Amino acid sequence: MRHESRRLILLLLPAGIFFAAFFLLPMARLFFIGGSGKTGWAAYAAILTDAHYFSSLLSTLGVATATTAATLAISGISGVFLQRHKFPGNGALVAMLTLPLAFPGVVIGFMVIMLAGRMGLIGQVTQALTGEKLVFAYTMSGLFMGYVYFSIPRTILTVMAAAEKLDPRLEEAARSLGASPWRVVLDVIIPGLKPAFISAGAICFATAVGAFGTAFTLAAKINVLPMVIYTEFTLSANIAMAAALSFVLGIVTWLVLAVARTAAGSSVAAAG
Amino acid sequence: MTTQAGKPLAIALENCAKTFPDGTRALEPLDFAIHAGETVVFLGPSGCGKTTTLRIIAGLEEPDAGGRVLFDGEDVTRLPIEQRNVGMVFQSYALFPNMTVAGNIGYGLRIRGTQEAALKARVGEMLDMMQIARLADRRIDQLSGGQRQRVALARALAVRPRALLLDEPLTALDAKLRDTLRLDIDSLLRSLGITAIYVTHDQAEAMALGDRIVVMEHGRVAQIGEPREIYQRPATRFVAEFIGTMNRLTGSAKNGVFSCKAGNLPWAEAPANATEILFRPEDIRVAESHEETGLQGTVAAAFFLGDRTRLFVEVGEARPLVIESTARRAFRHGETVRLAIDPRGLVVL
Ligand SMILES: Nc1ncnc2c1ncn2[C@@H]1O[C@H](COP(=O)(O)OP(=O)(O)OP(=O)(O)O)[C@@H](O)[C@H]1O
Ligand SMILES: [Mg+2]
Repeated sequence: MRHESRRLILLLLPAGIFFAAFFLLPMARLFFIGGSGKTGWAAYAAILTDAHYFSSLLSTLGVATATTAATLAISGISGVFLQRHKFPGNGALVAMLTLPLAFPGVVIGFMVIMLAGRMGLIGQVTQALTGEKLVFAYTMSGLFMGYVYFSIPRTILTVMAAAEKLDPRLEEAARSLGASPWRVVLDVIIPGLKPAFISAGAICFATAVGAFGTAFTLAAKINVLPMVIYTEFTLSANIAMAAALSFVLGIVTWLVLAVARTAAGSSVAAAG
Repeated sequence: MTTQAGKPLAIALENCAKTFPDGTRALEPLDFAIHAGETVVFLGPSGCGKTTTLRIIAGLEEPDAGGRVLFDGEDVTRLPIEQRNVGMVFQSYALFPNMTVAGNIGYGLRIRGTQEAALKARVGEMLDMMQIARLADRRIDQLSGGQRQRVALARALAVRPRALLLDEPLTALDAKLRDTLRLDIDSLLRSLGITAIYVTHDQAEAMALGDRIVVMEHGRVAQIGEPREIYQRPATRFVAEFIGTMNRLTGSAKNGVFSCKAGNLPWAEAPANATEILFRPEDIRVAESHEETGLQGTVAAAFFLGDRTRLFVEVGEARPLVIESTARRAFRHGETVRLAIDPRGLVVL
């Protein structure tokens, strides 16, 4: 027994050191720096009371949530389709899907501008069709588009791996009981893919909360936390505020993911 | 029991063949009628096309062009499984892991929009029928294999299907559980009077459950018949060897006597061209000392099984004869025994 637990501690040691060195200590430090500015601990209160900070927090969470939802919907459908239907060029297509992962955020931002910017494709097409130019690259919508584009690949890959493990007998059993194809998706495929959705969704959400390069490229009207932190840090040299915002960004992301995980976990038991 | 609605379903397969996209010919053209209320067992070695046939009946596979599936005379070939109202039970149980036992059993009814009270009553009825009432609120991963298969049966029967299709439902279970559940399935099928199609590679299961057995080999039907007929009058060597144990003697027939290395066997109806005779272990015995017999061999091995002794007797053939002896005596290795064969059990192919 004693021997066993000692070995367990030994095995946990690397992870423990890593966790302490790269997570706990910096977070703690960040927390104290956040309270060391001119206004002291009020910096944290400011995040809630200052309209500028608070709205940027909300829009960050908003765009991350929207990105996660859209990504899961698109990747869920395409992932299952790509896994089920092998057609010529299937492999090449899947390989191409991983491309956006290699692009830095700046390149993604650039692509969004080429598509929905002032000289973008969507602008030209809408001008030709309606006489009015549709430009949304420099807004939240542009950011949302860039994030979705960036998040889809790895989510599709996760979904495909999970779809391969779905038991086809479950779908056949449901159909034999009278389930329409739509009911099969609802009652068998989605519950079966749920673990994949949760893990891919968590990564997608966290990435969208923290991504900076794309927002920086699109700049202008976009007011998301990473941009605000950057501005506080470099332009205003308000290091304490930047630290307080960073800390809150980390905590809120962690909270949202924890809540989503618990909700998803308990819905498994409640489904019966 | 009055749990099944309506009269049982008659199923007919007409010219049903199956070639998979990769070119595998899983089923040669098959014509076969399953009577209403009958239990038909498809029996054969792995890969012979049993599951494929079952899936064609279920509506999970379409037969090749020209094939037709008829339910009570109505063509259902193009009807997908969700509209055929057939119950399915799989070897792997295929229970929904995100639902409880009761949730699984009630699933088909919920899809049909059954009223909550009626649904509850029916689920309760099925739980009782399968003797799993105390498991109602369990999650699926908290059940044993035998319990899972009971839930799967209850789920399939809850919607009162027109026919029940079972694909090796007992194969994943251990021997003892297999026996009890086989008995339960047997009495269930008889009491419901439902048309049932049962796929297995276990001949004992096939014998016990089937009103008729379809023996398959390489996508072809080798023989169709009642269990007794299949066992006693196998149509081909494959059927003879696949089901039960078959003894074989080679030689020639002349003037009502079959002569082989073991000696001479008087057999009045011996066909003149017979070069080989087959018979079951229960149709041969060790002769008493006063009996007259022209056959003998040497004991190669003897296994005392309690109620009988299984003897392997060397007679100069490719394989020794298998004899189940109930004689109250011990047999020695190398001992010479005289043998008596009941001519009524002889088969010539
Ligand atoms: N989807 C498929 N694509 C190609 N070939 C298949 C497919 N399904 C089955 N087969 C082939 O068809 C043949 C018959 O398969 P089937 O599953 O009907 O056999 P079975 O009698 O049920 O065997 P088992 O006892 O092993 O389950 C086999 O040779 C199998 O490899
Ligand atoms: Mg099979």
